[in-house]
Amino acid sequence: MALTHRSTNLLKPLSAAVPFTSSLRRLFSTDDATAITVETSVPFTGHKCDPPPRTIDTTPKELMTFFRDMATMRRMEIAADSLYKAKLIRGFCHLYDGQEAVAVGMEAAITKKDCIITAYRDHCIFLGRGGTLVEAFTELMGRRDGCSRGKGGSMHFYKKESGFYGGHGIVGAQVPLGIGLAFAQKYSKEEHVAFALYGDGAANQGQLFEALNMAALWDLPAILVCENNHYGMGTAEWRAAKSPAYYKRGDYVPGLKVDGMDAFAVKQACKFAKEHALKNGPIILEMDTYRYHGHSMSDPGSTYRTRDEISGVRQERDPLERIRKLILSHDIATEKELKDIEKEIRKEVDEAIAQAKESPMPDPSELFTNVYVKGFGVQSFGADRKEVRAILP
Amino acid sequence: MLGIVRGRIARGGVNASSLQKIRNQSLIYASSRSYSSASKEMTVRDALNSALDEEMSADPKVFVMGEEVGEYQGAYKISKGLLEKYGPERVVDTPITEAGFAGIGVGAAYHGLRPVVEFMTFNFSMQAIDHIINSAAKSNYMSAGQISVPIVFRGPNGAAAGVGAQHSQCYAAWFGACPGLKVLAPYSSEDARGLLKAAIRDPDPVVFLENELLYGESFPISAEVLDSSFCLPIGKAKIEREGKDVTITAFSKMVGYALKAAEILAKEGISAEVINLRSIRPLDRSTINASVRKTNRLITVEEGFPQHGVGAEICACVVEESFEYLDAPVERIAGADVPMPYAANLERMAVPQIEDIVRAAKRACYRSVPMAATA
Repeated sequence: MALTHRSTNLLKPLSAAVPFTSSLRRLFSTDDATAITVETSVPFTGHKCDPPPRTIDTTPKELMTFFRDMATMRRMEIAADSLYKAKLIRGFCHLYDGQEAVAVGMEAAITKKDCIITAYRDHCIFLGRGGTLVEAFTELMGRRDGCSRGKGGSMHFYKKESGFYGGHGIVGAQVPLGIGLAFAQKYSKEEHVAFALYGDGAANQGQLFEALNMAALWDLPAILVCENNHYGMGTAEWRAAKSPAYYKRGDYVPGLKVDGMDAFAVKQACKFAKEHALKNGPIILEMDTYRYHGHSMSDPGSTYRTRDEISGVRQERDPLERIRKLILSHDIATEKELKDIEKEIRKEVDEAIAQAKESPMPDPSELFTNVYVKGFGVQSFGADRKEVRAILP
Repeated sequence: MLGIVRGRIARGGVNASSLQKIRNQSLIYASSRSYSSASKEMTVRDALNSALDEEMSADPKVFVMGEEVGEYQGAYKISKGLLEKYGPERVVDTPITEAGFAGIGVGAAYHGLRPVVEFMTFNFSMQAIDHIINSAAKSNYMSAGQISVPIVFRGPNGAAAGVGAQHSQCYAAWFGACPGLKVLAPYSSEDARGLLKAAIRDPDPVVFLENELLYGESFPISAEVLDSSFCLPIGKAKIEREGKDVTITAFSKMVGYALKAAEILAKEGISAEVINLRSIRPLDRSTINASVRKTNRLITVEEGFPQHGVGAEICACVVEESFEYLDAPVERIAGADVPMPYAANLERMAVPQIEDIVRAAKRACYRSVPMAATA
């Protein structure tokens, strides 16, 4: 499969000695076979388990994929910000920029037969699961071709065929649901796992501990992933949790603390967690991450944190920049090539938005579709029950 | 119809209430002599904020608890400035754990404090509903009067704009069904001030259903209402607009819609009487029945789901008490019988519009439009 470490060393001097032509480099960036060894930013910290090693093998292709995927997610969220301000997106809009490494690292470690469920900061998870930009923007604008046909909105993206179970508005609810997915996986004897994502705010929810207890009792293949961005809406973690060491909060359930801004650390942790969960039941991963935006578009995000803190994280820990640096230092692509990719992505996003704008509003009859799977032909009513009625098939 | 409830305000102590009586007397004189008829305006947000402030100032047992109520100044800024004024012991920021903090609030109320527990929206009250019903509503009864629960659960209720299925439900009917609870739904700034003060002073658990879209709306407000002793009676509806042809009952945001519908109907020669329920439980059955006995026709309006809704109860009580007075079937306008969709056009269909109220009123007055064919 991958070339050995020795071969990588061999290639390195070659790249230094021979001036690169662009054709050589292009070959390199789709290189699936050359092994590059990277080290995570910090070692993992384990709770009731032996943490995995911090050295990970990757390939140029994977690095480029990480870059492209995270840049797409970043661009999508920034575009969503503008669309919200232009009132094309209504209601609530919770953006994920800064946290991309969690979505991308996780996908790299699992398959589409594994399940993911998350809360309302779900746009990038959706993309990671194979959702398209057009589906995302169309849904955000409440149009017919959205991933939930315009009926869900920002907080309710789903993609069941690739194991993405949403998109949930009530803080904490997705955790028992995720453990329920694991229950079904075990019941059906699948060799797959379920990842339930939640934030540091949700980490204090009682229902999480109730469901985790059962997951541990019954050895369910459930992986709880705390995306700790350190603020539950406007409340800092230390003001909400007596113990903000979320990876330890499972007590008898093992846990791992992970640098969530490092896609490779995330990948390694998720790979480790999947192996663990299939053999030994639940495990908690705490991703130390950060959101650049406020809690939602209604929150400036600067009343409870300093601008210095935000720009500091952007400077020191940005997940996209980490990958860019790795790509540049391994001569997989030039700065210009990476900038060109970003330009390309910007164009893709703009085109997706343009396409989304063309999508029509849902047909009025959609008000009454999907209330039930099986409606028995009962009547349902609009606001004026004598004026608007429908039969639920 | 502003009511300063004199002498009935339970202020915990004979001296306080007699002082109150004297204050009120002098205030009546003051208001009749010194204040001009030019009224000030106040937003519902400021009305709620000032009511909280005044009640916290008057009674040290009153404290506020909820998510982002303190340092963040309130998710919707209703508790703005309170942390600074009263400190973190009385303005308590909680983790995002409704079942936990609602229970804690009820327990504090058992032991004599007067909590005002905020739900960021009432959708999240479902996480705490066991405590609202089983721990709060039923306690006074089960303990034969030993354990009273002077708690207020407040927050925005019902649909906002584009917030989707899990953030748009109206809980008036569910809470209104429970004996032991009092359920209030203010509309105007006057309602907000008077009813919140009444709720905080009330010895029983009160569910206080606000509306996010009304927070920024301004209403004229008189000096009486601005006084810190102002209070509205619980269980009394208000006739917002008198009329003689048809009665329209509504609460919260729908009161505004009903008033606009009444304007449109007036142009077509139909005089509508608009009742602002103010209180879902106790329901002011006598005001409603008196009105229907006068007009002989009734439209009930609410934002929530139609089945087992507030309108269904109003209809039943009118049929029970004023059947012979009805000249037309009772009409119900309510939210659509579906989860709230996100898309703007579908959302518009899922919530009552002014034209729905007008149409129903016309039907009740036999000025009907032919019924639409079933979809």
